[in-house]
Order: sequence, then structure tokens, then C-alpha cells
Amino acid sequence: MLNKDLVIIGGGSAGMAAACSAYDNGLRDILILEKGPFLGGILNQCIHNGFGLEYFKEELTGPEFLTRFVKETEKRGIEYKLNSFVTGISPDKVVTYTNGEEGYVEVKAKAIVMAAGCYERNAGAIGIPGDRPAGVITAGQAQLYLNEYGYMVGKRVFILGSGDIGLIMARRMSLEGAKVLGVAEIMPYSNGLNRNIVQCLQDYDIPLYLSHTVSKVVGKGKLERIEISKVDEKMQAIPDTEISFDVDTLLLSIGLIPNNALLDNMGAAKSSTRGSSVNEHMETSIEGVFSCGNVLHVHDLVDKVVQEAAVAGKSAALYVQGKLPTHEEVINCVNGEGIGYVVPSRIDLDNAEDNIELKFRVRKPTKNCDIYVEYNGEVIKKAYKNVIIPSEMEIMKLPKNLLVSGNGTLSVSLKVREAK
Amino acid sequence: MEDIIIIGGGVISAFISRALSKYELSVLVLEKENDVGDVTSMANSAIAHSGYDPVPGTKKARFNVAGNKMMPKVCEELDVSFNQVGSMTIALYDEQIQMLKDLQKRGEENGVECRLLSAEEVKAMEPNISPDVKGALLCPTAGVINPFTLTAHAMENAMDNGVKLSLGEEVLDVKKVGDHYEIKTNKGVREAKVVINAAGLYSDKIASMIEPVEWKVNPRKGEYFVLDHYAPGLVNHVLFPLPSEKGKGILVTMTTSGNYLVGPSSEWQDDKDDMSTDALTLSKVKAEALMMVSNIPFREQIRTFAGCRATPNTHDFIIEPSKKYKDFINVAGIESPGLVSSPAIGQYVADELVAPLFKAKLKKDWNPRIKKYVKPLSLSVEERNALIAKDPRYGQMVCNCEKVSLGEIMDALSRSLPCNTIKALKKRTRAGFGKCQGGFCQPKVLLLLADYFKESPLDVLYDKAGSNVLDKEAK
Repeated sequence: MLNKDLVIIGGGSAGMAAACSAYDNGLRDILILEKGPFLGGILNQCIHNGFGLEYFKEELTGPEFLTRFVKETEKRGIEYKLNSFVTGISPDKVVTYTNGEEGYVEVKAKAIVMAAGCYERNAGAIGIPGDRPAGVITAGQAQLYLNEYGYMVGKRVFILGSGDIGLIMARRMSLEGAKVLGVAEIMPYSNGLNRNIVQCLQDYDIPLYLSHTVSKVVGKGKLERIEISKVDEKMQAIPDTEISFDVDTLLLSIGLIPNNALLDNMGAAKSSTRGSSVNEHMETSIEGVFSCGNVLHVHDLVDKVVQEAAVAGKSAALYVQGKLPTHEEVINCVNGEGIGYVVPSRIDLDNAEDNIELKFRVRKPTKNCDIYVEYNGEVIKKAYKNVIIPSEMEIMKLPKNLLVSGNGTLSVSLKVREAK
Repeated sequence: MEDIIIIGGGVISAFISRALSKYELSVLVLEKENDVGDVTSMANSAIAHSGYDPVPGTKKARFNVAGNKMMPKVCEELDVSFNQVGSMTIALYDEQIQMLKDLQKRGEENGVECRLLSAEEVKAMEPNISPDVKGALLCPTAGVINPFTLTAHAMENAMDNGVKLSLGEEVLDVKKVGDHYEIKTNKGVREAKVVINAAGLYSDKIASMIEPVEWKVNPRKGEYFVLDHYAPGLVNHVLFPLPSEKGKGILVTMTTSGNYLVGPSSEWQDDKDDMSTDALTLSKVKAEALMMVSNIPFREQIRTFAGCRATPNTHDFIIEPSKKYKDFINVAGIESPGLVSSPAIGQYVADELVAPLFKAKLKKDWNPRIKKYVKPLSLSVEERNALIAKDPRYGQMVCNCEKVSLGEIMDALSRSLPCNTIKALKKRTRAGFGKCQGGFCQPKVLLLLADYFKESPLDVLYDKAGSNVLDKEAK
């Protein structure tokens, strides 16, 4: 059996950022395991720009962004293995991976950083009514076919869900000559970034049908037609509101789900994000196992992924060096009214840095409101927001000295201000 | 001229083919879809029923019980997953206890082992059962089967033993001409001395090509949910409510792959090709299932699907020569419990109805087994690495969710049974069956198919004609 100080599962932006950070904090014996044929993960197929504005202060394409991290990883001489798929992790942190050259290999790790990204919610998961023909495809898969393999999946396209990948594919397929007939979003607001609504839909005269969903898929072999319907407040299709579109392609951009089966199978506690529950050091409920990036919670920007991964990498280094003691007393973080989730799920006050980052998303777009952070029932921080939307992940810095004891419950909630 | 042409390539055809392949006879199977087992044999509850339910004396009772007894050996020979976990028929009201006793009596008449359980016994064996449970009928011989490989491997075994198969060939007309039959298809004219009609939902249409028939096969749709595999076990047995006129009711079961299946509904319809799902029916399936099993995690749903039962208006399987011709044999109306009955039906049709027509001799070199499908994850690490050292493709993962290696994909592609489509490969190997539903592996699988068959990726089909995934090369 091999031994490593740190094994990182996933060689995308999160994995590479975690590795570089662990290296910069003193670790040398690091191994990145990447299932695909390249480092960089999903950024390889994201050839549009808009990456790096926060982190590098310049606008990069996905491949440009990832190349910078590949250079950083290689500069440090960090070991990585490609085409190497992790099949399981034992409770005592033995990681098993496989590839064609080595077969199944076991690596005993002192620490693990999970950075395996996410997968796309698909037609099966939401049970789109009707037939199950070819042509109903997730937006990311269509993006892979187009940007990596060089094939278009259809000529007449409709898109369900206004997530960013769907919006970007609306523009991309339009540029390739397809006719995009519309985007349906079940919520009364868009789930994509505002810049994508403008640049990918409005600039191409693609209509956005809010509070609509696909109520029927028709086609025996290939998709022939879809129907969309308006939905009521319970998200159920309202009869007699159908609009029919003759299309050969239905792209689904209906959400991303953390690809967290390895940690779930290890018995790591789950959070409401479908990722694992972590503390402020990105440590899961299993000592020495850390999680970051989209496998923890789905981010809006890769810039925030690499920042979070740097925390996980540093924490893993501290853990291996014996500088991250465990404590019994922790603060539980919960999402209050109007908030979808809060990361971290727990704060270990003794280990925490001076400023603790709370990451969360609101449940629906809200104007003129305050974010309240309460600790054991007492408001310790309040921040006014002119507008706040679910498609953007919020990060709030909380000074450690506001938390007086290391025990209790911290809650984040949203309250709308009364109109004057 | 073939000795025998079998119309249809579902599970019944596969087992008739396999049983006929023991004889010195030429057999050709015509299937209109691009894979075997692509209609009713694919979309069902995948249960090997014990046989307590069919009315004693019927063909259903006879072939169900016989098929269940054959299943362990058949599945061993054909390398098909079969987990004999047992079934429980659940009573939720006091008055249903009497119905359980009646069923037990019927089961005993059919020669099926079954016993009554008290509410406490059920709760101990099934922790997620509804607190309303009043008792259950346990049938230990029931089990779950992999329906995809059951059909495919039976046909593969038949082909290894000389049976021929033509996919994508639809029968348009059948005529008796002198001492043989002329079968007009979308690909030309075929000739055979004996015709076996195993055309599933369309078997009434095929039968009526040679004579007027009184019976009909009516499509009865069933809609299902599939949940991901996760621990711990939601249910430990196949759980049925009490059967009614509409069938066996909404069951909750694990599958051989450790997924869970909830369904089916029961809806009569006119269209034999309509396998669509609808939200209202599925919401009723969900509500009914939750009455029997509490806490079903529908959040783990990975797919919904529907299949059509080939329900005969005679209320029993139709397995007999046509009225006019003893060499035109109808094997029709094989609804539930058809899957479990299939090996027994195949044997009966071959040995009792067909072989005597030819006074056929048995082959000396008939092989009941297929070449075992190597599954690296079922081997020890040492065996696995020895395998990968010989063939590195078994170390390369293609499907992440279901952990299917490149070696397994290539194995499925290179068998005697053609595997030409993404869906066929999915049914053979499980690549694309997991929670991402092919999101990650379908592009890889598509390129592997194109490469193997030396065709353009643009020509790779998902399943049916016209189901191309890709439209054109990008600019």
C-alpha cells in the first residue's frame, strides 16, 4: 500500500487550488487523482469567457483559467495521476483508485481533500412527463459534445431551466446556427447570473418564459415536440396553458448536484446542500477529511471555488502537521427564514481564524432587506441589501470576536424592510 | 428457407430460441427494434413471481411455478443476476387478513411455498413498513431478476448455438404458401416451414395475418419510479399490496443492481406504442406506495419510465398452434408473470409444440452456458489486478456512477448478440444507468460505438431508427 500525506480527489480547479495551498503551507507528499484525461475538470469545456474577474482581476476563458492553475501545480512539482478513478475510501482513509496502467491501487492518506465537483440534474431526476426520446439532453453534455468533440446536438432547441450553463449554451448554439426557441424557468425569476440573461438571451432575442415548465415531451426515436405550461404556486402545470414547440433538442439546465457519493458512503454527515457538512476549516464530520468546491455546495463563480479550496488545502496541511486539534465544543450554523443553506455547518471557535466566512444563498430574489446573523438568539450582525438573488452566492465575513463562547447555534436569516 | 422463424425478439422469443437451439433446426428471429428485449421485456417490474397469485389450472399458474423453479439454474448458466429475496403481500386492514388466507390457499394449490406473518413479524423483517400493517403472506421463492440481461443473454446463448437474429426487421405480412410460410418484412421476403408468433403487444395483429382471431392483446400501461442505490435497505423483500382486478398493485422492491423500483400503475389504452409517463398517474403511484412503505426517499429518484403489459382478453397466456395451421404457433398475451414464466414457456414451445413437427434431433454439442461476463468489481483485488495486467481496459472506468470499465464495454460489443446502440450497451453493461443518467459517460460510449463499428459519431443511435444523438459537425 502507498502512503501519502494528502490525497486530493479531483483535479479540477478546486483540486488544484487545494493542492497548491497545501504545498504553500508546508506539505510536499501530495497526490491529485483525476478521473479525466486532463487536469482542469469541467473548465476544459467552458470555452466562453467571464472567469477570473474576482481572483485574477481579468477576464479569462475556462481553459485560460485552468491553465494558470495547471502551471502553479506543475511549478510546485505536485504529483497527479490522470484517468485515475477513485472507487472508494475506507473509514481509515485508504483511498482506492484504478487506471489502466496500475490497476487498482490503495493509498493510505493522512488527510483527504474531496474536490470531485458536481453533476447535472437530468430528465430522470425530475421525471419530465411524456416520452423518453433522444434529444433530451443536459446542457453540460451538449456543451461537451460541441466544445470538446465538435458536434452539434440539434437544429431547433428549447431550454428548460435558466441555469448559467443553459444560458451559455443558448448563445453558443445560436452562434453555431441553431434556432433557440425559448427558455422555460419554473421559478418566477431567473436562476442564472444577470450578465448571462443579458448577453445570452436578450442579445439573441431568445424569449424567457418565467413560471413555466415542460409539461410534455413527444417523440418516439428523436424528440419531435415539447409542450410548456404555466405553473401555479405549487409548481404544478396549469391545464390549458400549453404552448407547443417543434424542436429536436431539449436542453436541461435544471441544477447541479454535488457528486458526493464517496463521502456519503464513508458515512460523512450530510448537509442540506447534498454535500457534506463541514466546519470553517472545510473539515467534514470525519477527522482529516476535507471538502471544497462544487462537491460541497454548487458555486456561482470558479473564483470562489478556488478561494474555498485554498482554505481546505491549508487546513489539510495543518491537520497533517498536527496543528488542527479537534474540540468537542462547536457552534452549529443553520439557515433561518429566507435562506437556502449556510456553509459552514459548524464552527470550531478555537481553531477559527479572526474572520469567519459564512457562505449562503437566499431562497428567492428580494429587494430592500437585511441579512441577520443571530447567535444563540441574539443579533450579532446585520447587513442591508438593496437587492439579493439566489443565483449569486453570498459571502459574509464574521469577526470571530462576535462569538463569545464556542457553543450554541448561529443562524442566518433574511428580513424584508417595511416600505416607508 | 428456414425451419423456423420467430417473430419478435423479447424475453419469450429469447427463451424459445434458446430451447430450439438444442435441436438440429435452423432458426431465425425477426425483431423490429434495434435490440432484443426493447419493449415489454425491458420495462416491467423485473420480478420472478413465486406463483401464489394465478388461478390454479391456468397456463399462468403452470408456467409461473415451473419458470420460478428453473430460474436459479437458468440464471447461473446465463450469467444473469437473480436474487431470491422472497416476496411479501401486505395486508393494511383487518379484513385483508382473510384475503391473505385465500391467497395462501391458492398458493398451496399451485404448489408454492407460502406462510402468513403477523404484523410484528413483518415489522421486524421490514423496518420501513407502514405502521398500519396487519399481516403479510411471505413467499420465499420470489425474487428479483435483471430483465435486460435475462433476455439478452438467453438470446446470446441461442446465437452461440446457431440461432440467427435480424434486428430492425419488421414483419408486414405472413402468408401460407403450399407447405411453408412467406413472411414479408421491411427488408424483403423470408420463408420458413414453421412460424412462431411471439410479437408481444402486436401478436394479435400478426396472428390475424393468417386467420381471423377472436382474442386480442390490449396494451395496459404501467408507470414506475426508479430510485438510486443507497444504504441502508429501504425494503428487504419484494413488497406487494393485495392484488385486485387491476393487477398486482403498486409494489416497492429492490432491483438486482441495488436500486429501488416503485410502481406500476395500470392504465388501459388503445395505442400499443405509447410508453409515455404523466405527472398525475405518477403522483398517484407515489401516494399509493407511501401507504404501504413509509419514508420512501423520492428525493433519490433517478428516472421515471412506463411499459405496456401485453394483456390478453382471454385472461390467460395463449400458447398454442393457430386454429388452421399446427405449424403457426401463437405465444401471445404473455403479461405478468411472463418474465419468470419465460424459461418454462420456451422449453414447452420447443419440446412439445415445435420439435415434434420436425421429429428433430438434439445437437450433441449444445452448450447451455454463455461465456461469463467479467465484472472486475466482483473479483478480489488480486484477481482484478491480474486481469488488468492482461487487459488494461478493465482498469479504465467509463461509467462513474455504476463503475463500468472499458473492458466490460468492449466485451459486450464483441459478443454474438449485436449491441449497436447506446441503449443496448446500457442494458448490457449498466453504463448510463446511474444517478447522472449518462451525463458523464454517454459521450464516451457514443464515441466507443462509432469507433468499434467504424461509423461516424453522427450515425450512432440512442435506440430506434432516427434517434441519432448528434446532428452535424460544428462550424
